[in-house]
Amino acid sequence: MSSALLAAAGPQPVIPDFGTVSSCVRDNGLFCVDWFTANFSSMFGPALVQHVRLTVIAVGVGFLIAFPLALLAHFRRRLVKPLGGLTSFLYTIPPMALFTLLVPVFGLSVLTAEIALVSYTLMVLFKSSLTGLGEVPEEVRRAGEGMGLTRREILWRIELPLALPAVISGLRVATVTTISVVEVAAFIIDQGLGSPIIQGLQSPFNTQFIGAGLLAVALALAADGLIVLVGRLLTPWARTRRTV
Amino acid sequence: MHTFFASFSFMADHFGLLADRTVDHLKLSAAAVAVALVLALPLGVWLGHRGKGSFLTVSISNIGRALPSLALIAIFLGLLGIGFVNVLTALVVMAVPPVLTHAYLSVEQVDPDLVRAGRGMGLTEWQILTRIELPLALPVLFTGIRIAAVYVISSATLAAVAGGGGLGDIILNQVSYGLSGVIAAALWVAVLALAADALFGALRSRLTPRGVLAGRSG
Repeated sequence: MSSALLAAAGPQPVIPDFGTVSSCVRDNGLFCVDWFTANFSSMFGPALVQHVRLTVIAVGVGFLIAFPLALLAHFRRRLVKPLGGLTSFLYTIPPMALFTLLVPVFGLSVLTAEIALVSYTLMVLFKSSLTGLGEVPEEVRRAGEGMGLTRREILWRIELPLALPAVISGLRVATVTTISVVEVAAFIIDQGLGSPIIQGLQSPFNTQFIGAGLLAVALALAADGLIVLVGRLLTPWARTRRTV
Repeated sequence: MHTFFASFSFMADHFGLLADRTVDHLKLSAAAVAVALVLALPLGVWLGHRGKGSFLTVSISNIGRALPSLALIAIFLGLLGIGFVNVLTALVVMAVPPVLTHAYLSVEQVDPDLVRAGRGMGLTEWQILTRIELPLALPVLFTGIRIAAVYVISSATLAAVAGGGGLGDIILNQVSYGLSGVIAAALWVAVLALAADALFGALRSRLTPRGVLAGRSG
């Protein structure tokens, strides 16, 4: 189906004009800055925006599914194993296989891509939320009970704030993983930074796929750093924690 | 639903082809994991034994996790050209971080009292490492290898875009194999990854010393 998509997109004018281009483009250098900047607004910029949008939706929806499931498993411990097993199962399926398998059912659409992307975020978000909720020391919970707090108050005022660092580190891993999987989604939808890579691989011109690849790496590192920063601002008490 | 049934008859008809590509796929994955083990395992275990380098291993694992697999293959394609070496390099880069961090953590988390007791009994550093730390470290260490192996088998599907062969070749070539062939290969890859995961899980419990298992509740 990727080939059908590429055919629909038409031949890509990768090396448009030999008369005016720089020597780097003519000699097919590893990474031509001038070609990259000249094509940023038409090719790389929109792909980057789509990449961010696909990632944010997937992690957001994934969190809205995984966190309530973790809460449920926190109160009903016998659900931990089946829910953990199901999310791990989804996570183990290779992205390219899952995208391909969903296409006959849901078609070549953003919905198909998002279903697969969301299913990859569930394991990390479920496990980290559950770990965070379970990390609250028993004495702290008992102290809350001794102060006369109800179960609901203990959840909102003690367990959830203390679970925050683990939840944030889960969001961090899920976001970075999703940025990686969104690239593969370009095999079924013409969106994200994977799409210039896949199209660029059809020709020997380096700058297109190396540029998109570098941009994806930069996006992942930037997102990782940003979430660490937001996490520090939200949980100043956990600054000395070691995150692995 | 029809395509799924058709994919099963494709599997029956082209079993030789699928088996052939699976062998390629596993060769590529095994080579990548083996290189990663040679590079990362001694370093991780040594750093863990010394109890130093937590910043290094944590940074490597965080950066490694952030590197998108398709982007890596694309970048190495520019640097190393099309073919096996390019894909192998990209897969090794993906496999090193989990192996390194788990090797480090597995040895570093061993109870320091046990190490001190060993030292008191007159064991050499080498004996402490091989007789106390490594047996206790084995479960966590093996988790790292398992994560790396499953991740590499999964990412090796992308190798086809860079001429690396494997099962991705069938998934990406709908023109030759038809939709049922593509679906068959995708199902096959999914089962392969799940089987590898289960196999390594079973191996892990087999390799774990009984004394370590007894002390654990899960």
